[in-house]
Amino acid sequence: MPQIAQIADTYSSQIFWLLLTFGLVFFVIGLGMVPKVQGTADARDAKISGDLDAAKAAFARADEAEADYRVRDAGNRAAAQATLAKAKSDATKATEVKLAAADAVVAEKIAAAEARIKGASDAAMAEIETVAADAARDMVARISGVEASDEAARNAVKAALAHG
Amino acid sequence: MAESGKIDPMHQFAIEPLFGTDHWSLGGFNIAFTNSALYMVLAAVVLWIFVIGGMKRELVPGRWQMAVEYMTGFIKNLLISNVGEGGKKYIPYVFSLFMFILLANLLGLLPLGLVGLHPFTFTSHFTATGVLAIMSFSIVLIVGFWKHGLHFFSLFVPHGTPLAMIPVIFPIELISFMVRPFSLGLRLFVAMTAGHVLLKVLAGFVINSSNAGIGYGLTVGSASFVLMIGISALEMLVAVIQAYVFALLTSVYLNDAENLH
Repeated sequence: MPQIAQIADTYSSQIFWLLLTFGLVFFVIGLGMVPKVQGTADARDAKISGDLDAAKAAFARADEAEADYRVRDAGNRAAAQATLAKAKSDATKATEVKLAAADAVVAEKIAAAEARIKGASDAAMAEIETVAADAARDMVARISGVEASDEAARNAVKAALAHG
Repeated sequence: MAESGKIDPMHQFAIEPLFGTDHWSLGGFNIAFTNSALYMVLAAVVLWIFVIGGMKRELVPGRWQMAVEYMTGFIKNLLISNVGEGGKKYIPYVFSLFMFILLANLLGLLPLGLVGLHPFTFTSHFTATGVLAIMSFSIVLIVGFWKHGLHFFSLFVPHGTPLAMIPVIFPIELISFMVRPFSLGLRLFVAMTAGHVLLKVLAGFVINSSNAGIGYGLTVGSASFVLMIGISALEMLVAVIQAYVFALLTSVYLNDAENLH
């Protein structure tokens, strides 16, 4: 077994070269290069988790904005409804006022017209009375030859008119 | 070897100085640049190239960067699940350890023998695995005493131990603690050695049975060859698992040092 047979001749060279090469590996690669490699990996992990956190925060902000939007939307809707209802009631009121005014005018006109009609009808009635009294007197004179008084004829006509 | 019909399955572990460096020495100790050292350098260079591909630092990674980040993330998760958040500071060490052992294991499995090279697995030498194990164990000791001082010895007295049992429990726990570097280093060494010996023995069966005649070659040889294919796949798995076990146990021991228990 050369490991044992040669040990006296080779142990010092083995130990020397191992310490030298492993020392170089440790100081140059282990201490010099590995932390940089590990640093890159750590930086990447940090960046990934940072990006994820940012994405989460952005999501949260978006949710917030949406909730805010919903609240404002609901508020705006309510305000619009209120404005609409107010406009409606205002319009209704204005219509009512105008209608009332128009009603009054119409009623006035109707009353005036009715008054005119009544006047005309009264005048017509009076005329009819006069004409009927004249006619009655003529009829009385022609039938009986008696001159009926104006007043008696009128009363008779009135009585007849009142009975229809 | 081949002419005697004997193939030495242990030859693959032989250490040979390369490029005439056998007499290099430092403070009286031989530090020849051997084939073992060559594979250590190769593992380091391959790991360096691999990690360079992960240095583009792009926000959206390419395949290579993804692969490197997967490995560092794997070690990070290993440490966090075993040690907790305080384990993150050990990422450079455990990553270096895991990748160095993993590449050593895998590079040693490359079929370079086909082109006449001598592939070598330095993790099949306990001189190498022992250094790595002692390193991990020393870090555990240093961190433990640094953070907890002498209170670190409470590690050897589990919670709820009756007072009368402490004289018995303490030595047992202490021994099991002290055995850790040995089990850590030997486990890797044994697993790699056994796997490579098994592959070489089966390869020897293929060659020797084929040399013995076409009948043997078709029966024993092809059966051994099929078995070798399966075991090669298994060895790749073992290469990964042993590197993982080394890193996992290191982080479990670091947990003791960080958090006691």
